[in-house]
This record gives sequence, structure tokens and C-alpha cells, in this order.
Amino acid sequence: MIDQHASSPVAPAQEITVSVRGLLKQFPAKDRTVTALDSLDLDIPRGQFFVIVGPSGCGKTTLLRILARLEEASAGRVEVHGSAEGRPENSMVFQGDSIFPWMTVWDNASYGLRMRGVPAADIRETVGHYLAKTGLTQFSDCYPHQLSGGMRQRVSIARAFANDPDVLLMDEPFSALDEQNKTLLQGELLRIWDETRKTVVFITHSVDEAVTLGDRIMVMTAHPGRAKAFFDVPFERPRDVLELRQRPEYGEMVYDIWQHLRDEVDHSQAATRPPERRRWFRR
Amino acid sequence: MATTTSPERQGTEAAPAATPVRPARWRNARNRDRLLAAVTPLVLLGIWEVLVRIGALDARFFPAPSSIFGRMVDMVSSGELWTQTWASLQRLFLGFWLGLIPGLVLGAVMGLSRPVRAALSPLVSGTYPIPKSALLPLILLVFGLGEMSKIVMVAIGVFYPVVLNTTAGVLQIQPMYYDVAKNFGAKRLQVFRTVALPGAMPSIMTGIELGAGLGLILIAIAEMVGAQSGLGFMIWNAWQLYSVDTMYVGLLVIAVIGYAMSLVLGWVARLVTPWRTDR
Repeated sequence: MIDQHASSPVAPAQEITVSVRGLLKQFPAKDRTVTALDSLDLDIPRGQFFVIVGPSGCGKTTLLRILARLEEASAGRVEVHGSAEGRPENSMVFQGDSIFPWMTVWDNASYGLRMRGVPAADIRETVGHYLAKTGLTQFSDCYPHQLSGGMRQRVSIARAFANDPDVLLMDEPFSALDEQNKTLLQGELLRIWDETRKTVVFITHSVDEAVTLGDRIMVMTAHPGRAKAFFDVPFERPRDVLELRQRPEYGEMVYDIWQHLRDEVDHSQAATRPPERRRWFRR
Repeated sequence: MATTTSPERQGTEAAPAATPVRPARWRNARNRDRLLAAVTPLVLLGIWEVLVRIGALDARFFPAPSSIFGRMVDMVSSGELWTQTWASLQRLFLGFWLGLIPGLVLGAVMGLSRPVRAALSPLVSGTYPIPKSALLPLILLVFGLGEMSKIVMVAIGVFYPVVLNTTAGVLQIQPMYYDVAKNFGAKRLQVFRTVALPGAMPSIMTGIELGAGLGLILIAIAEMVGAQSGLGFMIWNAWQLYSVDTMYVGLLVIAVIGYAMSLVLGWVARLVTPWRTDR
């Protein structure tokens, strides 16, 4: 279930949704060039829940931002093969509080559809569906400050699903939540995802979360960010988050991935280079 | 609604209700605050009245509240007070919009466009510290002694706080919100309408409130020097006629206008920024 190659060969019968070739991303620093991502190749088939695990500063957020077309690659190719005319290429669940404080839950969840000019009746149906799925129906008219952190993140998830993209991008969506909420939301995410089985690229620093959610896991190296190893997660779907965690195979897999990750974490902590740039903290 | 299969539970964390229930003790404290706020000025007025009557306060400088009130009744019944108030209100109203609209547009453009900000920001910040009252002679020279010079003075007072606060309001919006808008396919105008404008709105409202206050100060000053009507003129004229009661009436009306403005603007702010918790 593990292949150590940097590339991730996929059976030719599967339709590829996200294809990345020779991706390079460099930032100019004061006296040198910092390489955030280096010679990265990826093939993600349609409907796969793809998880990227890596130490902080390994460039995983940068990779996601490039996939989201929020940042340009310095070299290489990123292709997303759409499945239907007019469907958005990707929608992102951002790290931290990203829902608009000045919009109600409903207006936040319907944002993508409204911006695309989807007919009002379709918006009502789709947004109503995902708010019900995330247990937010009765909070439709609330503003984000009236909600807990977990519920705000549910709005963010509803917003991305309601937009009905080809690929869902998730940047550590649960990292700010406490353990109980994290477990709850992982379960909810899996249930919502099971309905549509959209292609997902999910970033996390938690090995547990990766094994719980993913079909395939990529472990990244730090400085520069490269693919170190790929793991296929064998657990059947639909999964029960808690039941899964008490299985011995689950523990073995987490341990296995940790072995690969540990060197990288040590390495990344020893490195004196500046941390991964977070655009929204800069002006 | 697309589905009837709602999730079986709502999450463990309790969400605060949309309309918070306030404890009884808190309500009592609030009522007591209101009572104190109303009683204190009344008590002070009473003390003032008594001090004048027993001769401890010089009635030439501090006429008794009862005589100020009597003067006010006279001025209301003769229609003079209304004429002067109306003249000032008209100038305030026109000057308010004349300063607000360019301030909003320029502030938004400066907030959104780095080159425009680089070009204009030193100019705005450099002229901002000039006391606006010091501009009055120049304004009178350029716009003459008619209505326009008074309106322009108010406009200048409104313009600066609005332009500065609008720029600052647009700049303090977290860049992540622009990323969200871009990721969800918002076009340029949609980004402005759904992110820049509402994101800056609390700061814009602060600017408008500051500007309106400054406008009120400036209209009083402008009317003292270059006008034959208005509350500022009325106060200045009272000084020349040694009608101290009238001065106090003028001050009172200006205070009421200022208070009413802040009430209205506070209400507007709650209307346009319903998500704010600190209002």
C-alpha cells in the first residue's frame, strides 16, 4: 500500500481530474530565492479524497493556493479537467475564519451561486439542502459572530459544497477546532462527501485526520516541498470515524506514516528558514 | 428544500440564541443609568436657578434657566428661532452631501488602488491637520459671502474624516476575504459590493459621524463671520447686542442638533451594519 516514488501512477482506466507536472514555486527573499515547492507531480482521479500531510512550512498551503488559482506557479503545469460546462473548477474551504462577518449564514452559503448568477430557485434548493446537511437550517438568518467556531466552519463547508465545483480544496479546515468538534465535523464531512463523491484535495498536519478521511495520502518533505511518499488507505466507505480509530490496521497505518513524517518534522524544526508565507497576515 | 433527511443531531456545542435573553438585574441597572442621565442635568439646572435667585451667580453672564427659557419661548413664537435654525440646517444638509460623496468615492479608490493611494495620500494627510477654521477667509474670498462659502466649509469638515476613514476601512479588510471572493468567482464590481464596501462600512460610519460633528462646529464659526442668518450669526449678533439669553438659546439649539445628528447616524449605522455587536 505504499510506493516510495515521487510520482503517483494511477491505473489508466481512471479518469484524472487534477494533473500536476513538474510544479515549481519560488519566492524571492531578501538575499536569495526560497523554493517552496519543487518538481511536484500529481495525478488525482475523479472522486478521490486526496490528503496531503506535511510539517508546517512544507509548502502545502502554497500548493493548494496554486490549485485554487490564487497563486501562480513559477514553472510546471496544473490542469483540472472539468466534468460539465459552466461548473466552477474548484471551491476552497479556507483555514480559519473565512466566512464573511457581514453576511448571514444563508448569504455566506449561497455566495458562489449568487456570484455566478444561478437562478434563485436553484439557489434556494441547493443552499437549503447543504444547510440542512450541516445542521444550520435554523441559523440561516444568523450572523457569524452569533455562531461557535465549529458552526462557522460548517458554513464554510456548506459554501464550498453548494458551489458544486469539480474539485473541493480544503486547507486544514478543522485545525482551529477542539478535539470533539474536530471529530464531529470529520464525520459530517464524510457523510456529505459520500453523497456526491467529489474530488477533494485536503491539507492537514494531522496524520490521524489524513487516515480517517483520505483515499490516498501524500507525505511532503519540507524545504523545499517535495512528494516524499504516497499511501493508499484501504478502509472501505462509508466510514465511521470512531469505529475506524479502534481498528489495529488504523493504528498501524498512522504509525507507518509517522515514521515517514518524523524525519521531516525534525528537519523542518531544525531549519532556520522563514516560515511559509501566509498572505492574509501581510499587507 | 431538496431533502427531508436532516442530520440527526445539531453538534454538541450550544449556539447562542439570535436574540440574547438579558438577566433582570442587568435591565434594572440599565433603567437606573437612564434615570441618572436624565436627573443629573435637571438637578444642575435647579441649582443654577437657585444660585442666580439668591445672587450668588451673576445674572449678566449666567442668566437664570427660567429667563433663558422665557427668551426661547419668545423667539419660537416670533418665528425667529426657526428661521435661524432652518438656515443653519439647510447649509449643514447640503454641505454634508457635498463632502460625503467625494469623500466616499475618493476614499474607496484610495483604499483599492495602490497607485492612487501613493499619489494622493500625502496630499490628504498633509492638508488634514490644517485647522479648517483657518481656511474660512480663503473660502470667503473664493466663494463669496453667499450660501456657497458656508456649504463649502461644512463640506470640508465632512470630507476629511470620511476620506481617511474610508481608506483605512478598505485597507484593514483581511486579504483572505478577497481570496474567498476570487475563489468563488466574484467579478470586480461584485468584489467591491460584497467585500470592500461592507468590510469598510463600520469605519466609514465612524468617519461620517466624526465629519458631521466637525461640520456642525464649522457652520457655527462660518456663520459668525460671513453670514446674516443662521445659529452662528444669531449667537454672534446676540454678543453685539448684549443679549446673553439669546446666546444661551443658540447654544442649546446647536447642542440639540448635534445630539439629534448622532442619534440619526447611530440608527443609520445599525441599519447598514447589522452584523456589528458593539453598537
